[in-house]
Amino acid sequence: MEFLRFATAGSVDDGKSTLIGRLLYDTKSIFQDQLESVEATSKQMGNEHTNLALLTDGLRAEREQGITIDVAYRYFATPKRKFIIADTPGHIQYTRNMVTGASTADLVLVLVDARHGVVEQSRRHAFLASLLRIPHLVVCVNKMDLIDYDEKAFNAVKEEFRNFAMKLEISDLSFVPISALHGDNVVERSAKMPWYEGSSLLHHLEEVHIASDRNLIDARFPVQYVIRPQSEEHHDYRGYAGTVTGGVFKPGDEVVVLPSGFTSTVASIDSYDGPISEAFGPMSVTMRLTSEIDISRGDMICRPNNQPTVSQDLQAMVCWMSESTELTPRMKLALKHTTRSSRVMVSEIQYRIDVNTLHRDEKPESLKLNEIGRVSLRSTQPLFFDNYRRNRNTGSFILMDEVTNATVAAGIIVGSG
Amino acid sequence: MSITTYELNHLDQLEAEAIHIFREVASEFERPCLMFSGGKDSILMLHLATKAFWPARLPFPVLHVDTGHNFPEVIAYRDQRIKELEARLVVASVQKSIDEGRVTEEKGPRASRNRLQTTTLLDSIEENKFDALFGGARRDEEKARAKERFYSFRDEFGQWDPKNQRPELWNLYNGRIRQGEHIRVFPISNWTELDVWQYIEREDIEIPSVYFAHKREVFQRDGMLLADSEFVTRSEYEELMTRKVRYRTVGDMSCTGAVESEAENLKQIIEEISSTRITERGATRADDRVSEAAMEDRKKEGYF
Repeated sequence: MEFLRFATAGSVDDGKSTLIGRLLYDTKSIFQDQLESVEATSKQMGNEHTNLALLTDGLRAEREQGITIDVAYRYFATPKRKFIIADTPGHIQYTRNMVTGASTADLVLVLVDARHGVVEQSRRHAFLASLLRIPHLVVCVNKMDLIDYDEKAFNAVKEEFRNFAMKLEISDLSFVPISALHGDNVVERSAKMPWYEGSSLLHHLEEVHIASDRNLIDARFPVQYVIRPQSEEHHDYRGYAGTVTGGVFKPGDEVVVLPSGFTSTVASIDSYDGPISEAFGPMSVTMRLTSEIDISRGDMICRPNNQPTVSQDLQAMVCWMSESTELTPRMKLALKHTTRSSRVMVSEIQYRIDVNTLHRDEKPESLKLNEIGRVSLRSTQPLFFDNYRRNRNTGSFILMDEVTNATVAAGIIVGSG
Repeated sequence: MSITTYELNHLDQLEAEAIHIFREVASEFERPCLMFSGGKDSILMLHLATKAFWPARLPFPVLHVDTGHNFPEVIAYRDQRIKELEARLVVASVQKSIDEGRVTEEKGPRASRNRLQTTTLLDSIEENKFDALFGGARRDEEKARAKERFYSFRDEFGQWDPKNQRPELWNLYNGRIRQGEHIRVFPISNWTELDVWQYIEREDIEIPSVYFAHKREVFQRDGMLLADSEFVTRSEYEELMTRKVRYRTVGDMSCTGAVESEAENLKQIIEEISSTRITERGATRADDRVSEAAMEDRKKEGYF
């Protein structure tokens, strides 16, 4: 079965947790004991209906305050697909949480309250989805029950959202009118909206085509770990273990190793279960080469005629995630990109982008928590990267504070130099 | 796995993700270890770790926090696997913690060593200077675990701070720590109970016999079937009966319940799990029933 990973985004009252609860409930992914526990807690809290939001808000503080603190992961399956939901809260730390949840997502689901239409947050979510290159965006226009399932209102939201999305790069945009509370158009098509000709949300999630979203062209293999058994049986074994992050590798392929630039040939691709004839992402394999060259963690194996950019200078969009510090020019940070660790210095902050209006503030003094901007970075070591647009794996990095060790930024590579 | 379409099925994807994490930790940490309870999740972890480093042996030891209240079948299984894999086993004993006065045994018929394990574990981490501990926790198991990261940071007291977790982006993991701190690593975070069983069947992984339906002397307590053993004290109302049962989770004998079952092989277990309407922890774990946030509270203290 195939996986679909999706992130959900919405403001605090858009009914996101209710929708997730509904998806889990209607696909029979909620178990009796979980439901009983939620029912008991709802009653105790004085809720009129069983509060399905409690299924996802698991921490004590969340239950007490009725909020979602952090990204939570949920799982459900239908006979067609398995789903992983990254549920990202809409109110506090929205940008940081959504960037985190969406970084591994194939699809983003944005909730809009039909009564309020496209609000500031809806725009922000659409922008982040486009920045992170999530190939599919589904807008759920929720609470249709509160506007009498009115087609005109739905179309108005749709048009408004489309107008804004035109300024962004979103390859696949769709709209579903729903009522999460009553389950309309969530799992089954609703009889209350005969004018809606599209599929139910679940049906859409089951059918959306994601297989072509991966990069099968640019062969990239960041060396993660060198396997040397040093046993009698495997005396001279030297295998390069890692995850394929782009393209396809086969035994017999001519390869080049960065940064040394030495060329060799793939002797075999090994796994515990036997040799592999073709390795592609996201397989974790072990590669052996025909010649003995010095290769270690952080090196990159690729094809001689298709190499990533090798540079110490990066152009990137970064999302700052630290509450206690700000990103400033001349700042030094630890960087992790593929399996390579380095130190970087911030050469320049070119602009900060207002995630609500897309307006650019040129040359800001700093980037604060949840702000996104374009920066130039200088790395102490060369990095082997692709444009994020081309490859999410070789085009992304994180920055860490060298003193507190906290993860302080997510980075998306847009160019070199 | 289909070669022509370049697509991986869900079990292959989950396996690749876990192997990636095992290798990442082995590369970036000095003294990792794999926590092993003898339960199916830790057996799965051991299998995945073996795959990650093949044909080399495991580059880290296996740590068993031994409550002393074990199923004998599980200990036999542990020793056999360790021997086969030529792995190094470190045993941290709760009994020893009690003898040394580090913890005090709970009293009464409901006494359990579940909570005492945390001290034993943290002492062992300090003693062995472990800086990364692989655990087999899954996000689908329990609501506090649904908020866990793959790399879960623990301070010098072993504490988890759910409100202040490091954001985890793409597959880039931040393993930076200071001395005395450590990371709990959960490579099978994204697996569901069904995935685990399907994978065990596919890979033909041997598991302890207690997971298959068998006849056992049990008694009812809190809606669960507990095995009669020297580690539990029955009240006069808790009558023994013989039932055909199996275990869905395997922990301390004093707080792990059995479920009535006819599933004698993996295929039947998968069928049973596919149709069950109760979570594995809900059905079988008294330790989670203490309160709504029992797991969260224990995790904050440094529990698995």
